[in-house]
Amino acid sequence: MIKAENQFELTLPALSENEGFARQCVSAFLLRFDPTVTELADLRTAVSEAVTNCVVHGYKGMSGGQIYISVRCFAGRKVVIRIKDKGCGMADPEKCREPLYTTDTSGERGGMGFAIMESFTDQMKVKTGVGKGTTVTLVKKLS
Amino acid sequence: MEQAKVHSEYCNNILYFRLTGEIDHHSAPLVREQMDRDIYFFRPKNVIMALDGIDFMDSSGLGLILGRYTKIRDLQGSLKIEDPTPEIEKILKLAGVDRLIPVVKTNKNCG
Repeated sequence: MIKAENQFELTLPALSENEGFARQCVSAFLLRFDPTVTELADLRTAVSEAVTNCVVHGYKGMSGGQIYISVRCFAGRKVVIRIKDKGCGMADPEKCREPLYTTDTSGERGGMGFAIMESFTDQMKVKTGVGKGTTVTLVKKLS
Repeated sequence: MEQAKVHSEYCNNILYFRLTGEIDHHSAPLVREQMDRDIYFFRPKNVIMALDGIDFMDSSGLGLILGRYTKIRDLQGSLKIEDPTPEIEKILKLAGVDRLIPVVKTNKNCG
């Protein structure tokens, strides 16, 4: 296993009020690698989508769950961000990845979370199973 | 982190919203409530959403815009998006919102 040059981990309760804090922590850590404004904005948005998914879908808005975030930076300026919950998991992750797919019926959510994560990073991996939680891994190489 | 806020003005059948701060899943409901209250109170023919003051927006912002778009359309009004930041423009394009709602640039922040 290749050792990360630098890394940080953060565990926090799955509360909607922590979404902003989570993306700002990741953002503050990434700043030391001198990313471009666009790279930083893209990663901040992708992290926000993943963390929101943990709160809204993983734990379905119920309190008590934790979100586990790790950010690792490897040689060659490769950043790997992992966002994990121990919530309900997804039965059909491929379906959830389709743009505009949403389980929301209020018309207030666009179903674009995964599409944004995929398009704003170089690679996105999803590991999930019903009752097994969800882990999203975002990979981006900084210029 | 700046809390999401919306400033509204109504004049000549135009309802003008200027959003500021960070719009995410947590903050979107706060501004949504005020926007809906104004939309149903004034029932305007034209609504403008100015986005130049937004520091951050994710897909919850798309939901906020699309939800208001549907309500305004149901009241026979029209919606325009004004001055999105480059980051927001990227998200609007990705979701195809720019093909549904006109996006205008006023250049009022230049110079």
